[in-house]
Amino acid sequence: MFEKVVVANRGAAAARIVRALDGLGVKAVALYSEADRDAPYLAEAAEAHLIGEAAPTESYLNQDAILDVVKRVGADGLHPGYGFLAENPGFAARVEAAGCRFIGPAARWLEAMGHKTRARDTMKERGMPAGAGSGVLRDDEAALAAAGEIGFPVLVKPAGGGGGIGMLPARDSGQLLKVLGRARSMAERSFGTAEVYLERLLERPRHVEFQMVADRHGNVRHLFERDCSVQRRHQKVIEEAPAPALAREAVVALADSAAGILGAMGYDNIGTVETLYDGDGGFNFLEMNTRLQVEHGVTEEVTGVDIVAAQVKSACGHRLDAILPADVEVSGHAIQARVYAEDPIRFLPSPGPLDVFRPPRGDGIRVDTGYAEGSRITPYYDPLVAKVIVHADERNGAIGKLRDALDEFAIEGIKTNIPFIQAALGNESFVSGDVHTGLAEEVVASLKA
Amino acid sequence: MAEERVRSEMTGKVWKIVSSVGDKVSDGDEIMILESMKMEIPVMVDTDGTIKEFLVGEGDEVTEDQEIAILDV
Repeated sequence: MFEKVVVANRGAAAARIVRALDGLGVKAVALYSEADRDAPYLAEAAEAHLIGEAAPTESYLNQDAILDVVKRVGADGLHPGYGFLAENPGFAARVEAAGCRFIGPAARWLEAMGHKTRARDTMKERGMPAGAGSGVLRDDEAALAAAGEIGFPVLVKPAGGGGGIGMLPARDSGQLLKVLGRARSMAERSFGTAEVYLERLLERPRHVEFQMVADRHGNVRHLFERDCSVQRRHQKVIEEAPAPALAREAVVALADSAAGILGAMGYDNIGTVETLYDGDGGFNFLEMNTRLQVEHGVTEEVTGVDIVAAQVKSACGHRLDAILPADVEVSGHAIQARVYAEDPIRFLPSPGPLDVFRPPRGDGIRVDTGYAEGSRITPYYDPLVAKVIVHADERNGAIGKLRDALDEFAIEGIKTNIPFIQAALGNESFVSGDVHTGLAEEVVASLKA
Repeated sequence: MAEERVRSEMTGKVWKIVSSVGDKVSDGDEIMILESMKMEIPVMVDTDGTIKEFLVGEGDEVTEDQEIAILDV
């Protein structure tokens, strides 16, 4: 096992990883920016090091500063968490070159899956179902031609990265020409490349993703699926496992097939295969995230597998049969709500002080957060305040438990999206399991009415 | 001519000013882009007019409800 692992992240991700490392008997080295000086998880780590100013480019994206700590403390592992440098192949290679294991897949995987059209083509060639889409668009003319082939409506997406960032829909040629420039500029800004491509925009699709666990010896297994259809601005808000109202055989068949494809290709750490499910029974490959996922907790709750620990063990070279139990089954139902610091109707950011912050407690309730009462939510990072995860015997029980838990969650000093989450959890379609990515808009409309 | 004050809808930072003093604008036009929590939020005017003055510059921090520009309407 590793001796000392640097946690190159912040907030709930850092808190979760520090805890997992602690459970494995590994010394956790936390990093923090000026803005996160008082983060509660820093005290739980064996060491904590300041890496720079609040702006991410000065701290959590500052490769030199992070590598400096790696060398100074003699770390033999680095966990990148999610976001920031987690999918940056250049960084992964630099970490490895410093004699430190990057806790994630090999850099070539970050590269292969990081470029979204290449990733789609790679998976499609090997039998993964994928919807209609274009390659990288050379210019406006190529975009119009591609849209003609795919058929409107289309979604303009950045090729250099995913996570729902910088995607814009277009319903006709005029709109397409209008949004292309903005999509390119957002792509350039978020991922350092202005490359964009088109995908057919599905009506009322569901976001269903599959958790993969692989080792460095050619073995890949899956931990079933999550449904993450409730999204605002293409960012997930409510995630659950298992996916409601889907034929189990179809879900398991797709999960098995994805694990088989990745196994044949030699994938070597945890990852998530994301798909859109289009009502007619079809899964369409969206992208693969070569890292820990924000919503890993719901899978942990229904399978009993500690995914972060599994990831660390895999990176350390343990074999899959020593990492996972022989039989993993789904037990009960888990739902996660992401509590964001934002206006619940317009979703505008609402940074500020956590004057009151009292997370709910109880049986089957888990709260992952990087904050404590008195912390400040700053405008520098993403708006996630806490993840509230509940586990119950069946879905309705989980919905009820989550509603009670959110009722109990006392937060003052900032606006949060809890009223939105409550409305979504009470929405008839959601309750009946008829979830789709347009549900959030319907919920907002009901809140405004 | 009357004046209309444009306010920031959120706490964040001015990322980019995409218009100039003297520009004629109409309802719905984007005059600047704020950023907060990894999001770009455009500031749109809700009336027709001419930009008289910016009360903030690129890189400045703004708080919710702060006046950020003045229009002649």
